[in-house]
Amino acid sequence: MTARTAPRHPTLSDQINQVLRRVPTWPVYLIAALPPVWLLYSGLTGGLGADPIKALEREMGELGLKLLIASLLVTPLRRFAGINLLRFRRALGLIAFFYIALHLLVWLVLDVQIPSQIIVDIIKRPYVTVGMAGFVLLVPLALTSNNWSIRKLGRRWQNLHKLVYPAILLGAVHFVMLVKGWQVEPLVYLGLCILLVGLRYLPRRRAG
Amino acid sequence: LGLGLTAQPLLAASLEPNSYEDITSYNNFYEFGTGKDDPARYAGSLKTSPWTVKIDGMVDRPGDYSFDQIMSKMTVEERIYRFRCVEAWSMVVPWNGFELADLLDMAGVQSGAKYVGFETAVRPDEMPGVRARVLDWPYREGLRLDEARHPLTIMATGIYGKPIPNQNGAPLRLVVPWKYGFKSIKSIVRITLTDKEPKTSWNMANAREYGFYSNVNPEVSHPRWSQATERRIGGGLFAKRQDTLMFNGYDEVAPLYKGMDLKTYF
Repeated sequence: MTARTAPRHPTLSDQINQVLRRVPTWPVYLIAALPPVWLLYSGLTGGLGADPIKALEREMGELGLKLLIASLLVTPLRRFAGINLLRFRRALGLIAFFYIALHLLVWLVLDVQIPSQIIVDIIKRPYVTVGMAGFVLLVPLALTSNNWSIRKLGRRWQNLHKLVYPAILLGAVHFVMLVKGWQVEPLVYLGLCILLVGLRYLPRRRAG
Repeated sequence: LGLGLTAQPLLAASLEPNSYEDITSYNNFYEFGTGKDDPARYAGSLKTSPWTVKIDGMVDRPGDYSFDQIMSKMTVEERIYRFRCVEAWSMVVPWNGFELADLLDMAGVQSGAKYVGFETAVRPDEMPGVRARVLDWPYREGLRLDEARHPLTIMATGIYGKPIPNQNGAPLRLVVPWKYGFKSIKSIVRITLTDKEPKTSWNMANAREYGFYSNVNPEVSHPRWSQATERRIGGGLFAKRQDTLMFNGYDEVAPLYKGMDLKTYF
């Protein structure tokens, strides 16, 4: 390759980006399928402890929240560190949705079990209402996480996908609300989510 | 006095004890962390010997009673009790212990006393969880004197015939089987007889959610979840929910609350 501009030393982020460009995105989906399968297997064989239902429910919810956080890290990483993970953002978002849907499914089928109680819980229990609201907001995002929708929706796609901000905040608040007392771990997640959403509203400064 | 522990054939089937493994690996003991597996992981650092329990307040013989001194005077027996957590799960535990009434008699309760307050040890060096202010330490609990003196109320010192593991509240803890589990305070260092309702930790943290009485009651929902049913631990991934019983099935305590509205005094 001949250099067209003045040669400069590639920065660390350039090197990272160069490696990332060669990584395909499809294995991410394959790898993402492993934790739920592993957790289910562990739950069936006693590996999740005395209460496998709660362990599975909690683990899927937490993994979903972690991946939503990862998806919101993509933009600040590019803006502040120059690392470009944009190609992986769709996978992160879709996998997060997949995990959160499984979290909901475990709650419905294995935990609460009783349909009438499920409905009462959704209406009457604020932490469930908040969690459900967050999930509902994610549904249109998952449905439009494809190239066709991006073309079709144009600018509206960008605006629609800002729904991830309220969704992730609802998810983190859901976590804070469902535990007994003010526990550290959910508060750390909430703080991180507020920070990541807040970064979106930092004024963009232009050089010069 | 018949305790009716095994005299209820209908309940006999549900009195199959959980495994020692389940009982000692799935615990709420926030002094060691808020995760269910934190107590089993971290409670090993708690030094339970020597151990003294301060008994004070309205008693004839206040003082620091050593654990050995207490045990030399108490009669230990096995009690197989259902254990219902306020989080809507339950277990069956074969405790070894003695009646709290016997311990109270050892100290000599004065006639004006109406309540018993309890405190758990607070040792930041041995209890990593107390560095976080999840609750206002020390953990505090309390009972009305008649509840404390009820023959079902015990101080447990063992499980399955073995000394009680630290994560379950070594060396001695309260067990009140008709109340939500958090009332059954662990690793007790102080017992105070008073004429005023003692402050209790979860009530101090959130009075709307955790009442002083906290009797198991399927008709009074926790504000954040129903208490009508429970998940029995140990049934695996596909365990069916069970109906929660009034007073956790210990109907013999009902006379203690005669004339009280249990929706108000939840």
